[in-house]
Amino acid sequence: MSVYAGWKRYKEILGFSLAFLSASLVICLTVAVFYFLGSKGLDTFTVNGVKPSEFLLGTLWWPDRPLEEGGPAVGCLPFILGSLLVSLTAVAVGAPLGIVVAVFMVEIAPSWGQKILQPAIEILAGIPSVVYGYVGLSLLVPFIRNYIGGGGFSVLAGVIVLAVMILPTIISVSADSLKALPPQWKEAALSLGSTRWQTIRLVLVPAARAGLLAAVVLGLARAFGEALAVQMVIGNTRAIPRSILDPVITLTSAITMDMGYTVAGSLWNNVLWTMSLLLLLMSFLFILLIKLIVRGGAVR
Amino acid sequence: MSSARLADRLATAMFWAGAGLVLAILALLLSYVLWHGVRVIDWHFLTSPPSNISAGGGIGPQIFNSFYLLCLTMMIDAPLGLLAGIYLAEYARENRVTGLIRLSIETLTSLPSIVVGLFGLLVFVNMTGWGYSLMAGALALSLINLPLLVRIAEEALRGVPAELREASLALGATRWETIWRVVLPSAFPGLVTGAIIACGRIFGEAAALLYTAGMSSPALDFSNWYPLDPASPLNPFRPAETLAVHIWKVNAESLIPDVRRVADGAAAVLVLIVLFFNLAARWLSRYIYRRLTAS
Repeated sequence: MSVYAGWKRYKEILGFSLAFLSASLVICLTVAVFYFLGSKGLDTFTVNGVKPSEFLLGTLWWPDRPLEEGGPAVGCLPFILGSLLVSLTAVAVGAPLGIVVAVFMVEIAPSWGQKILQPAIEILAGIPSVVYGYVGLSLLVPFIRNYIGGGGFSVLAGVIVLAVMILPTIISVSADSLKALPPQWKEAALSLGSTRWQTIRLVLVPAARAGLLAAVVLGLARAFGEALAVQMVIGNTRAIPRSILDPVITLTSAITMDMGYTVAGSLWNNVLWTMSLLLLLMSFLFILLIKLIVRGGAVR
Repeated sequence: MSSARLADRLATAMFWAGAGLVLAILALLLSYVLWHGVRVIDWHFLTSPPSNISAGGGIGPQIFNSFYLLCLTMMIDAPLGLLAGIYLAEYARENRVTGLIRLSIETLTSLPSIVVGLFGLLVFVNMTGWGYSLMAGALALSLINLPLLVRIAEEALRGVPAELREASLALGATRWETIWRVVLPSAFPGLVTGAIIACGRIFGEAAALLYTAGMSSPALDFSNWYPLDPASPLNPFRPAETLAVHIWKVNAESLIPDVRRVADGAAAVLVLIVLFFNLAARWLSRYIYRRLTAS
């Protein structure tokens, strides 16, 4: 073999190996994230001896109260409920609007949607979450305080900010699944005399339901994991809210605020790591759910 | 008019209203941020350091930190993302390893950025012993950005017609030569556009940086460009507060009397830079497309 051919072969193998190693790095990183956050997050249970049931279902939150005063207690139910309440409500508001806009882009006005809505949604998706938080804090919170009631920092403010933030995700995934439908179905429905609304409601939306559902779950995952924009507008009070005008706290906002002020290795600090493990597991659960939905949709 | 026709009209109105609402929300957001922010922005605001207690601070170091962190992140990330994209588009067969790679990419994509930040705190800040530093921040951002870059690279490479590869292979080029000399140049427009969009995304990231790059900046000496000196802006092992983190911190816990002014100005600068990335990607892809197709 000539030197040149040997060099060629060497480059061939080197190129493939580098590409393969980079791709496998993604697996290693994922495993590392689960391993490190997992082992750190379990300290609350293994080192501090907190029962998982107390962590998940307890409502008392005295992480730094000494034993003789009845503490410490690290019930995270208010945080978990707060996260679920804010993100589920945000999805309930954002998902219908997002799907309506997706249908508009694909079925009602494709050219208009392509030229104006598509770039608008890309800009909306690109706006950083601190900017959403800042506008929520300086525009939405005073508005709620002055015109609707309460202190302004509220479930409602968090829901509105999140609903807007998840719109781009829901719109673009929904629009993709609507675009993927075979055009014959729509043509058949229209030629049988259906109106456009009947076609959308009875043929297109049911046919694309797996994709639409995946879009909604993806939006929910984003809302559940969002930290700063939410933290800036919800008031962060550790009590289960009684109305949408009450302040609330979420897992992400508790982590954001307290991680810097607690001592590493203390119970409080360890509980924050457990909360982040919970967030990690939830986001993985959402991914598996989406995979399940998409697979179920493909079979039918 | 029949009830079906009436329902159709009403539904059409609803669809237009939904689209109008989304556009109105975007217009409200942008005009609010720019209206309040643009009158704050001047040369002094863009170049001077922030003040801790008194009024009149600027955001100069924060802007520098954001761009520097972006460069570091892309230097780590771009080669890895490109190579992994090459593997997935050119080499990977549909087997379990590929399935695992794809599942990992989806998992990383969906990680909440605060969770990535905490992973960074654990591994890049504490275990390495670097403390809050640009390097830790860049690695955390890389973790957020890598799955996006892999997807961009894979899609751009898959868009290259198979005939080009076949022609190159038929002329006796090896597989790697084909990828390097034929496929990558044809995928270049998609790669560049995608990379710029990714830049816009990481430029605005804050949650992952709070506990990795930190929430403070040391006094920087902008005449000292020796990268290992602690006061040098280029030192990758110094803490660095970025523009996005600064916006959060000013709004959340600042003591300065002109919080509103700094918050308004900083938000407008951040939005303008992100918009610039977005428009640049759009404009560049159109320009390259026109050059390539000569239309």
